[in-house]
Amino acid sequence: MKCKRCKEPAVVEVRRHNAAFCKTCFPEVFTEQVRKAIRRFEMFSPRDRILVAVSGGKDSLALWDVLLETGYDATGLYLGLGIGTYSDRSHDAAASFAVDRGAELRIVDLARDYGYDIPTAGRKGSRSTCAVCGLSKRYIFNKAAADGGFDVIATGHNLDDEAATLLGNTLRWNTEYIARQSPALPGCHGMVRKVKPLHRLSELETAAYAFLRGIDYVVEECPLVAGNTQLKYKAAMNTIEAASPGTKAQFFLGYLDRGMPLFAHAADPELAPCESCEQPTTGRFCAFCRARAQVLGERLDGVEHRAEDDRDLVRSLSDEVLPVEIFEGADP
Amino acid sequence: MKVKLRNPDREVELPGGRPIRDVLAELDVDADTVLVIRGGELVTRHEHVGEDDDLEIRPVISGGGT
Repeated sequence: MKCKRCKEPAVVEVRRHNAAFCKTCFPEVFTEQVRKAIRRFEMFSPRDRILVAVSGGKDSLALWDVLLETGYDATGLYLGLGIGTYSDRSHDAAASFAVDRGAELRIVDLARDYGYDIPTAGRKGSRSTCAVCGLSKRYIFNKAAADGGFDVIATGHNLDDEAATLLGNTLRWNTEYIARQSPALPGCHGMVRKVKPLHRLSELETAAYAFLRGIDYVVEECPLVAGNTQLKYKAAMNTIEAASPGTKAQFFLGYLDRGMPLFAHAADPELAPCESCEQPTTGRFCAFCRARAQVLGERLDGVEHRAEDDRDLVRSLSDEVLPVEIFEGADP
Repeated sequence: MKVKLRNPDREVELPGGRPIRDVLAELDVDADTVLVIRGGELVTRHEHVGEDDDLEIRPVISGGGT
């Protein structure tokens, strides 16, 4: 199999484009797709300060790499989740990358800075491990970006992530989430602008890019992710994709072109500062502060913990609500 | 031929002398969900592998999202 561009031996096959690329051309093709995404959604400019949410995995490190290579002002943010040796290796991968590239990596540690870790929150809280993990990430990314004066938060969500999320939202007709599943969410009321520059690229492509760029990312999967709903949707999408290459891209990119306007809704929710942490929220206290208080057995400003509050929260943050959906929501 | 599989890490011995897509089919692995690495180099499913090759089949699916 030959490279579509230069006819050298191909190392990456992109079946949905009926094309393959060599080890030199593929990173260029990948970068062109990222540039296209940034341009199409006006994600940021070279003058903007970008905070990249870095997990140590292939997607976030590939994103950070391509942004640095293309000359953007990109700082990494690693969040220590306290998931044993998995978190240790994830931290080391992110830190090594930063040293190799001469880039700045900021670190927030849940246990040190907020008094809990994800395994504890999963055991003690009323929501699943993945839900409280996603909630914690979104809250801390936004807070770190706002406190640090960053213009935009960039995450490594890829085409597979987005297609799986859209599938989950469509199966439930979560029209508000569907309407907000944009690769670029504007900042407002204390919410920093959020973008997903890899949304045109599959997981295979981000992994191939990371490998070809010599990025030593964490291959192992989070030990707590078993049973995650998004994995089930990904498996379903992959079954369809194997029989009909291009379906994932048609589904998600077609949604962006033709579906999203159909779900546009008039009013964004009213946001006000959380009475505990001053991050924006639709209620008196934000979801993060409520979740943290529950895990730590604390009360918020003397307000007794109510079971019905939990039920509301669980409904909005249950396993059935995918991480990215919460990311899109108003509550950080 | 030695084949290294990940998540969890393990190694299996399989016959070579055939296209990688046949090796993946025997393992019931979708070619679009893995990187295949031979001798430190990325290869497509169309490449042939020899009896003495070492392969790594590395999954690319991640589940947590951000």
